[in-house]
Amino acid sequence: MESAILKAENFNAFFGKSHILKNINFEVEKNTVWAIMGPSGCGKTTFIRCVNRMHELTPGATVEGSLKLNGEEIYEMNPVMLRRKVGMVFQRPNPFPTMSIYDNVIAGFILNGIKLSKNEKDEIVENSLKQAALWMEVRSTLHKKGTFLSGGQQQRLCIARALSMNPEILLLDEATSALDPISTAKIEELIHELKSEYTILMVTHNMQQAARVSDKTAFFYLGELVESGNTKMIFTNPKHERTQDYITGHFG
Amino acid sequence: MNMQIEKQIAHRNKKNKAFKGVIIAGTILSTLPLLLILFYIFKQGITAINWDFFTNLPKPVGETGGGVSNALVGSILILLVSCVLAIPVGIVIGIYLSEVAKSRLAYYCRLAVDVLQGIPSIVIGIIIYEWIVRPMGGFSAFSGSVALALMMLPSIIKSTEETLKLLPESLKEASLALGVPYYKTVLKIIVPTGISGITTGVILSIARVIGETAPLLFTAFGNPFMSTNILKPISSLPLIIFNYATSPYNDWHQLAWGASMLLILMILILNIITKIVQRKWKVQF
Repeated sequence: MESAILKAENFNAFFGKSHILKNINFEVEKNTVWAIMGPSGCGKTTFIRCVNRMHELTPGATVEGSLKLNGEEIYEMNPVMLRRKVGMVFQRPNPFPTMSIYDNVIAGFILNGIKLSKNEKDEIVENSLKQAALWMEVRSTLHKKGTFLSGGQQQRLCIARALSMNPEILLLDEATSALDPISTAKIEELIHELKSEYTILMVTHNMQQAARVSDKTAFFYLGELVESGNTKMIFTNPKHERTQDYITGHFG
Repeated sequence: MNMQIEKQIAHRNKKNKAFKGVIIAGTILSTLPLLLILFYIFKQGITAINWDFFTNLPKPVGETGGGVSNALVGSILILLVSCVLAIPVGIVIGIYLSEVAKSRLAYYCRLAVDVLQGIPSIVIGIIIYEWIVRPMGGFSAFSGSVALALMMLPSIIKSTEETLKLLPESLKEASLALGVPYYKTVLKIIVPTGISGITTGVILSIARVIGETAPLLFTAFGNPFMSTNILKPISSLPLIIFNYATSPYNDWHQLAWGASMLLILMILILNIITKIVQRKWKVQF
């Protein structure tokens, strides 16, 4: 068993002919929070979308090289099984509009036809919502439609939905970029707490956020992984000029 | 300086008012014929409508108290069967077109749907006559249903496709990212979210074919007696209107007016149901 939960070796991704990710070598240890930074179009989102194989849903998208989850080649796994192990929260909150809050949380079970008793369901819903710090706000309105919640609450609902499946990795694709500062702060706190149980990869444009919540940071530029390491190191003493420029706001 | 600006603004306000007036006048002008038609049909038809009208069979000329019960039952039966035929097929094709929007098959399919929409209803009648009535050895309600189903298909397909295309991609991604297989994502997330648009399309397509006469002339044919056998000729409201209105008898004219009014009421009700569906089942993102 390797120590890294996620390991990329000479990993490349393409959209048609354009080379999006170039020779990425990267290891993610268990129970760490990784911030993935870089200017727009540098391939950060593509990278995390490769981890749960959402990348290949775009016509013409292909990959090369090796990407392993717990030592198992991701691109040889069944995508459906893989996605149950890798939770994802998107840029914009996207709860299922036809479902109640309760059903949204256990949507992963309902939709996959996993039979649960009422008690098990209640337990999963309560635990997931508690983990997502939403339980106190919605416990009396669980039967209401998820879309009636505010944007920040909806995003936490989406986090709860991802957590209910008990994923090994949680991917956050700029999950706070559409939210106000208070909701953002709540989600950041949440990330801190979730670290003990989950491994988190978060894409962010917000450098303060990366500095606040992540243990490790990876800096992408033009499809290459320029630098990765301890967040503190990268922010105080980056090895590469590009990283330095980006962090200090010279470009990007 | 100020005076000038004020003058200009006053002038613009006048122009705005004039423009608004023209628009309102145009709207009234175009609604008027519709209202007149409705008014006339109701005026003529209302006297024919009574209990007998709904419960009795047509009577021979000279006898009073004839009704259109057979046509009403026939119309409903034909429509039910055509719904059973057209709705599943239409929705499936609509899903295909929205999901695999760019394939070659989708391109030709869309083209075919557009052409199908433009085919005159009488031509569809003739074709069904050749394909179904002749091989089956006689006129039947079923062949009429197939003809109407063909006419319903385009609008069901289009409305399904358009509705599903408008759903955000993020919805599908949310489901796929939870490890839900593709077919379940479509059946349990995409279709339920678009159900109000799909239902609207289905109901409007029913409203569109409910008054079709031409395709039924060669297929359902008509029947002066009550029939619920879909393999036998059957009467329907448009057919009865056609037959009675072209007859020389006053009584029958009266029945034709009554049937016209009934048909229009049914279309009105279907449209109201559509509005209710749109409001009640509206999905908020």
